[in-house]
Amino acid sequence: MSEEAKTRILEWVKQQKKTKHYFNDLCKAVPEIKMMAAKKIVNELVNEGKLKYWSSGSTTMYMLPSEGDVDKEEKGMN
Amino acid sequence: MSLKHATPMLDELEKGPWPSFVSDVKRMAAKGNRMCEDWLGLMEMSYRDKEGHWKHGGIVGVLGYGGGIIGRYCDRPDLFPNVAHFHTVRVNQPASKYYNTEVLRKICALWEKRGSGLTNMHGSTGDIVLLGTTTDQLEPLFYELTHELNMDLGGSGSNMRTPESCLGKSRCEWSCFNTQDVIYDITNEYQDALHRPMFPYKFKFKASGCPMDCVAAIARSDCSIIGTWRDDIRIDQAAVKAYVAKEIVPHGGADGRENRGFDIKAEVLDLCPTKCMEYDGTLKINNKDCVRCMHCIRVMPRALRPGLDTGATILVGAKAPILDGAQLSSVVIPFIKMEPPYTEFKAFVEKVWDWWMENGKNRERLGETIQRLSLREFLKATELEPDPRMVNSPRFNPYIFYDPETVPGGWEHDGVAFRQRHQA
Repeated sequence: MSEEAKTRILEWVKQQKKTKHYFNDLCKAVPEIKMMAAKKIVNELVNEGKLKYWSSGSTTMYMLPSEGDVDKEEKGMN
Repeated sequence: MSLKHATPMLDELEKGPWPSFVSDVKRMAAKGNRMCEDWLGLMEMSYRDKEGHWKHGGIVGVLGYGGGIIGRYCDRPDLFPNVAHFHTVRVNQPASKYYNTEVLRKICALWEKRGSGLTNMHGSTGDIVLLGTTTDQLEPLFYELTHELNMDLGGSGSNMRTPESCLGKSRCEWSCFNTQDVIYDITNEYQDALHRPMFPYKFKFKASGCPMDCVAAIARSDCSIIGTWRDDIRIDQAAVKAYVAKEIVPHGGADGRENRGFDIKAEVLDLCPTKCMEYDGTLKINNKDCVRCMHCIRVMPRALRPGLDTGATILVGAKAPILDGAQLSSVVIPFIKMEPPYTEFKAFVEKVWDWWMENGKNRERLGETIQRLSLREFLKATELEPDPRMVNSPRFNPYIFYDPETVPGGWEHDGVAFRQRHQA
């Protein structure tokens, strides 16, 4: 279940035009799963390096590793 | 002292009688701190042009954590290369902010080695805020912070934020529960929520030991835990008489030690919001009408004390005025015993989180979700019984809505038939 949910979340993210996604939006990929359980799945994706955090300081969003790059961010290109 | 950048506008901030952060930063710059040198130049440019030059946010962090580090970049790295990256680090403060000097020296030494050396003691959430470092320093800093100082990062982003408490029973005789223990317990219990984001937006706990609310929990926290009591205010009648006889200085001497005239009627009885007190040589309090404003206790601390059956009132939904204006939190549990392991309180918190996660919109604080979906929906989700103490003015508000499911026998309402009978 967890692996299948991870795949569906990643597929959903890859289909989006936006690069940054709220947690609530990721959960649209797995509507049958409670948010608290979905959080654990999303965290596993982060730990596996398949998603990563982007934080404004007040809000946190998620993005694919390929979408954001620290070097580019630090050069002001992101 | 010759600095890299001229700072005529910042220099004005050194001229007042108060300590100046500009002088502090200049002192650091004079010792060869290049980040501080460029920080001064950047700030001078911002003051001159009346424009900020910081960009907040980014993907920087430490492994396994989704909070505690806030990326910050300067948009003029060509002019100020040493503050091109100036990330903020939030460190979870000890409960009630008790330190010894050894720890403070270690934090400062660590931050001079791994960052700008500039700190903010403390941020408004309570964290120790370490201002300004570069991405390559984050992991080494985190390792040394956790392994050598035995400290941890605080919360940021859509996480549970670093919980905060007043001094509680460590120094205050009015504290109705052990605020430090509650905060320490919440911090440990909800490590995952503190370090890994999962909410629609930030979520703050603050605990004040009594209704004086010294950490302003009612104004600043999504879940406010405010100490109270449910028995009677303790009265030492001999001390009341001593206040009246001007033998004891009122307010604990807070408005002057001299023994000025004290008028118990004008300063205590008439200022009681529910007028529940009278004095005819003996002070009488109608405790059923007491709203725990603390005024009488504050004015005559030797004579009056909170009761002995203590606990807390739980309120939810406060926030600062980012969206929709400021909001104070509302009572949802009028009284709860706050004793370890706080099982009843935690069961409530987890119901709140489940409901908010399922129903909250992105960047919507708990109080805004309740406002949008109604307190009634919130109470249903958290399995709390409605109570007049949840209503701001229960004696004046006639708009009580009953749910047919919760009234014995219930009723059915045919809206179409009703309109036919009331056509105008």
